[in-house]
Amino acid sequence: MASAPASRSTPLPGFGLSLGVTVLWLSLIVLIPLSAVFVRSGSEGWHNFWAAAGSSRALAAYRLSFGAAALAALINCIFGLLVAWVLVRYRFAGRRLLSALIDLPFALPTAVAGIALTALYADTGIIGRILEPAGFPVAYKPAGVVVALTFIGLPFVVRTVEPVLAEASSEVEEAALTLGATRLQTFSRVILPTIVPALATGFALAFARGAGEYGSVIFIAGNVPFKSEIAPLLIITQLEEYSYAGAAAIACVMLLISFAVLLLLNLLQHWQQRRVG
Amino acid sequence: MTAAGLREPPAAKALLILAALAYVALMLLLPLGAVMYEALRKGWGLWHAAVTEPDALASIKLTLIVAAITVPLNTVFGIAAAWAIAKFDFPGKAALIALIELPFSVSPVVSGLVFVLLFGAQGWLGPWLDAHDIHIIFALPGLVLATVFVTFPFVARQLIPLMSAQGRADEEAALTLGASGWQTFWRVTLPNIRFGLLYGVLLCNARAMGEFGAVSVVSGHIRGQTNTMPLQVEALYNDYDFVAAFAVASLLALLALVTLALKSALEWRYRHELSAVH
Amino acid sequence: MSIRVEHVSKSFSAYPALRDVSLTMNDREFVALLGPSGSGKTTLLRILAGLEAPESGSVWFGKRDVTGDKPASRGIGFVFQHYALFGHMTVAENIAFGLDVMRRSARPSKRDIAARVEQLLELVQLPGLGKRYPSQLSGGQRQRVALARALAREPRILLLDEPFGALDAKVRRELRVALRQIHDELGLTSIFVTHDQEEAFALADRVALLNQGRIEQFAAPAEMQSGPASAFVREFLD
Repeated sequence: MASAPASRSTPLPGFGLSLGVTVLWLSLIVLIPLSAVFVRSGSEGWHNFWAAAGSSRALAAYRLSFGAAALAALINCIFGLLVAWVLVRYRFAGRRLLSALIDLPFALPTAVAGIALTALYADTGIIGRILEPAGFPVAYKPAGVVVALTFIGLPFVVRTVEPVLAEASSEVEEAALTLGATRLQTFSRVILPTIVPALATGFALAFARGAGEYGSVIFIAGNVPFKSEIAPLLIITQLEEYSYAGAAAIACVMLLISFAVLLLLNLLQHWQQRRVG
Repeated sequence: MTAAGLREPPAAKALLILAALAYVALMLLLPLGAVMYEALRKGWGLWHAAVTEPDALASIKLTLIVAAITVPLNTVFGIAAAWAIAKFDFPGKAALIALIELPFSVSPVVSGLVFVLLFGAQGWLGPWLDAHDIHIIFALPGLVLATVFVTFPFVARQLIPLMSAQGRADEEAALTLGASGWQTFWRVTLPNIRFGLLYGVLLCNARAMGEFGAVSVVSGHIRGQTNTMPLQVEALYNDYDFVAAFAVASLLALLALVTLALKSALEWRYRHELSAVH
Repeated sequence: MSIRVEHVSKSFSAYPALRDVSLTMNDREFVALLGPSGSGKTTLLRILAGLEAPESGSVWFGKRDVTGDKPASRGIGFVFQHYALFGHMTVAENIAFGLDVMRRSARPSKRDIAARVEQLLELVQLPGLGKRYPSQLSGGQRQRVALARALAREPRILLLDEPFGALDAKVRRELRVALRQIHDELGLTSIFVTHDQEEAFALADRVALLNQGRIEQFAAPAEMQSGPASAFVREFLD
């Protein structure tokens, strides 16, 4: 479908202009500003860098942000698979509505999600009213962070698993059935292995998004240092104290972890390609 | 699709569907409902008063302005990037695409931080800006920059795979027929990418209007001046003015629902082109 | 194992795929279901396998009424048009699958399963390829693996859905010979679906020619050629 590759000598115009604009805009908006983080974080020397990025308060914040993101991504893997399964394989009234709704966390501003979740899970809220007396307080506790990040990450697993499930041929399932496998065996030995790469990708995306999330978490988290303070909040606190280098140091750590996850994601996608072939 | 007799037994199927519906109702519908309920709790009158209050109106105006600047900028960029990447071959394409998608993996707070580090009082250019009385941080330009950063990849990532799949054939045909570069673009390329473009613009706009973390860092939180709608929601909430906070939030929630509806409509209308890309 | 199909009908939405079809196949017979697309041959095969349920009529394997039985309990082996190999498993794991998923009480030991896999690889002339993955095999090799896999549970009846459709002429001929040899050696009753008349006539003891959900003629190839039962048969064989 695509024509044979052409070098820059193709008659198609606009290469210089479009590439120039692209690189210029990319540099101005993304690359130079991002480099400011790395430069600034080291501006006061290694010692101060580690004092800020490795302080026990920072470590507690990373534990919360990354730990809650991992847990939320895991929850989303399980329930996201369920939702994707139901959407792809079954027909029922309201299926299209359900599918459209899945993207709500993408479309809804994070601050709105934040206050809504707090309203629900506070001890006066519909859900909090049941959970809190039962000994499972959510609002203003780390659990609240997990709930918020589960909301945020919900679409990621569903949307990465859906196309893989949809493409899976029914021939392979029928083969398993003619060979005597029960439904459960067919699911665990034949279907599940083929969607594991997609699940892993969804997990990585949800995790990366959740680790840096601010708006939806900031209202429901307790924001108590060392206990329920997320890493992005710590960055803001440092800024408010005019400790630019300290804020940059913590941002540096978060960026490096994000990039590591990005790299992992790329490798996962390569893995997925090879499985398919 | 597997033959009817081979799928899960009806009881299991019903259970799975109910479980999925219950999960979505709990995680998505309840929060949405909570916004509307809390906003209208004290009646339409108070709701109306809250959204027409001067600071609220100012925040709406600011949100619209920021979006009105951000979306076209990133759209032009997205088209340029997709044109360069999809219609030509050059080394480093994959790296370029990865760089373009970078903002997706950056925390919103860090996205705002970078501009404070550049233009803030103690930033690189801080003293120079001060000397020339130019305000970027704590003013509109800062808000725009942070929003542009965060929504940077949206249009590009829709257009790049779409235009790559469409190839060069149509454009080359137009050229052989005597069209100039711009004519080719307007009359041939643009109609072909209608769907992807609208889709990308829609998502870009939704994020631009709803961004919170990044603008929170660069805004001065000055009511009536540097508060976008999400920031105004936070301000009202922190003041314990819950009804007003939810009232403004309800407008954003409505925006989200409209976005979802338009997104579904676009996906339905252009499902054939969509499957060609994927 | 003889097979008897009695007055089987099946429709999809309003479309009648099979209309009151009856057929008796003898033990150890090699039968071809031949016909143009839409004739119902694949539907009939899938009903024999238990992958579709007929709306009316019954299916008998030997003395047993298997009409309501699941595919797993019918004692059949099924070879799919596009092989349907499990891409994430090795060739050996694919072949062993039917044995691996047996209930513990009926399952052979690991050693026995491995021995059986080796035996089957020899049978389909792919010795030593057990550790490869399907993506590393040619089309013809994949089809042989699919065959081996279907035979692992020692079925009495082998069902094949256009098994050579996706292969080139030379490979088809090789596989045809191999298939017939295996059929004879193992004493199977085999039924395969094809739209290729040459193939049907070369392989089968008897051929059932279907048209629009009905059987036009069910006879040995020679008989069909010398005495076509209807105008359709005559034209199809030209």
